Amino acid sequence: MENIRIIKNNLTYYLFYGVGILGSSIVLIIGIGLLLKSYPVIMSHGFFQPIVSAEWFPLKGKFGILPFIVGSYYVSLIAIAITFPICLLTAIYLIEYAPKRTLNTFYPFIDILSGIPSVIYGVWGILIVVPFIRDYLAPLFGVHTTGYTILAGSIVLSVMLVPNVILIFIEILRTIPQELREAALSLGATKWETIKLVVLRKALPGVIAALVLGMSRAFGETLAVMMVVGNVIKIPKSVFDSGYPLPALIANNYGEMLSIPLYDSALMYSAFILFLIVLVFNILSKIFLTRLVKIMRY
Amino acid sequence: MNRRETEEKIFVFLMKVTTLMIVFIILLIIGTIIVKGYRAISFSMLFETPRGGYFLGKGGGILNAIAGSFYLAGGATAIAIIAGIPIVMLMNVFLKKTSKFSSFIRLCFDVLWGVPSIVYGAFGFILMVLLGLSASLLAGIIIISILILPIVVRSIDEISQTVPDGLIHASLSLGATKLETGMKVITRQILPGILTAILIAFGRAIGDAAAVLFTAGYSDSVPKSLFDTVATLPLAIFFQLSSPMPEVEDRAFAAALVLTFIVLCVSVCSRLLTNKYNKYKI
Repeated sequence: MENIRIIKNNLTYYLFYGVGILGSSIVLIIGIGLLLKSYPVIMSHGFFQPIVSAEWFPLKGKFGILPFIVGSYYVSLIAIAITFPICLLTAIYLIEYAPKRTLNTFYPFIDILSGIPSVIYGVWGILIVVPFIRDYLAPLFGVHTTGYTILAGSIVLSVMLVPNVILIFIEILRTIPQELREAALSLGATKWETIKLVVLRKALPGVIAALVLGMSRAFGETLAVMMVVGNVIKIPKSVFDSGYPLPALIANNYGEMLSIPLYDSALMYSAFILFLIVLVFNILSKIFLTRLVKIMRY
Repeated sequence: MNRRETEEKIFVFLMKVTTLMIVFIILLIIGTIIVKGYRAISFSMLFETPRGGYFLGKGGGILNAIAGSFYLAGGATAIAIIAGIPIVMLMNVFLKKTSKFSSFIRLCFDVLWGVPSIVYGAFGFILMVLLGLSASLLAGIIIISILILPIVVRSIDEISQTVPDGLIHASLSLGATKLETGMKVITRQILPGILTAILIAFGRAIGDAAAVLFTAGYSDSVPKSLFDTVATLPLAIFFQLSSPMPEVEDRAFAAALVLTFIVLCVSVCSRLLTNKYNKYKI
C-alpha cells in the first residue's frame, strides 16, 4: 500500500518532468523548424542578402524582404510613439492622482480592450480610422490617399497596444517605494515634480522594458494591421503611403507559394526573421525588468 | 512658485484627457461594432449554414463559423489545460518554486507568449506536413493549443506561487506524497485561478485568426469529424469583408458582433469569477 503511493508519486514526477522539458523546448523547436525550412533560400541567397535587398520578385527568384521589414518597423514605431505618452500619463493619473475607485472602474475597460480579437480591431479600422484619414486628416496636409496607409495601421495598432503597455506601467509605478515619494515631497517638491524627477527616473528601466515589449507585440501583429495598411510592396516614404508589413507578407501569400521554386522557403525565412526580431525584443525587455527589480532591492 | 503649479495643473489636465480618451476609444469600438452588426444580424444568420450562392449575397448564415470556432477553441483549451497543469505542478510542488529549472521553464513560456501568432501559423504548417495531416480541425486544434499553452501555464503559475509554503509543508509532514499534495491541496487552492485561466485562454483561442489561416482551412458546413476543414469566426469576418457585395459585407459585421459578444461574455465572466473567489482565499 505504502509502496504503491510512492511509486505513483515517482512515476508522475518523471512524467511531469518530461512534459516540462517538452513544454520549455517548444520555443527552440519552433526556431529550428523555421530555420530548417528556410535553409534552401539561405543556401542560394546567403543569410543576410534577403534582409538588405529591396527586390521582391518571386517569379525571378528575387526574395528581398527589406520593404516588409521597413514597413513593419515604421508601423510599429509610430504606433508606440502614439501609445507611449497616452499610456504613461493615464497610468500616472490612475496610480498617483485618482482615487482608488477610479482605478477599479478602469480595469474592466482594459479587460475589454485586451480581450477584443485582432480581426475586430481591423473591422473598426476599416469603418472608422481609414475614412477619417481619407476624408479629414490627409486633406489637412494636402495629401490625396485612399486612407489605407501606414498611419491607419499605426493608429489601429496603438489602440491594441494600450492594455499591454498600461498594465506594465501600472505595475512598475506600484513597485516604486512610497518612502521615496514622501522624501521628495517633504523637501518641498510639488507632486508633479516628485513624479517627474523621482518616480519616473527610478522607474526608467521598467518604462524602457514596456516600450520594448510593446514594440515586439507590434511587430508581430498580423490581421488588424494587414486589413488597413494597404499592402503595396515598396519602401514607404511618408505616413500617408501604403506599406506592407512582414506578417502580412506571410499571411497573404500562403495559397500561391507552392508553384514557384523557393517561394515557400522564402516565406519561412521571413517567418524566421520575424521570430528572431521578436525574440530579441523579448529578451531585451526581460533584461531591463530584471535590472529594475535589482534597483528596487536597494 | 507659480510656474511650478501651472506646470502641474497642465499635466494633470492632460492626464485626465488621456484617461477619458482611452475610455472613449473603447466605447467607440464597441459602439461601431454594435451599430453595424445590429442591422445585419438575424435569426437565420445565427442558425443556418451558408446555402448555394452565399458569397453572391444569397441566403444562409454563419453557423458554420460559430460552431467551428467553438469546436476549435474548446478542443484547444482542453488540450492546453491537460498539458499545462502538469507543468505548473512540476514547477510549484515537485521542484522548489525558486529552483533553476522552474525559472527556466518560466522564462521559456514568457518568450513563447511573445511569439506572434503568424509565426505559430507558419510553424503549424511545417508541423502539419511533418505529421502528414492536411488542413483540418485537428491540425487547427493542435496549433491553437500550443499558442495558448503559455497563457495557461503562466497564469495558473502566478496563482500557484501565492499558495503559502506552510500549506504544502503541513500536507507533506502529515505523510502525503508530493503528488497527493498537488492534486488534493494545491488544486483546491488554485481552482478559481484555473477557471480564470481557462476563460482567458478560450477567449484568446476563439479570437485568433493568423495561426489557423493555413492549418484549419475553410468550410461551408459544420465539421463532422476531426479531419474535416473548419471555418472560424475571425476568418469568416476577414473573407467576407473583402467581398465587393454589400450583403456579404453586412454578414461580416454580423459575425463581428457575434465574436465581440462571445469575447465580452468571456471577459466579464472571468472578472466576476476572480472577484468572487478572491473573497474566500486564505
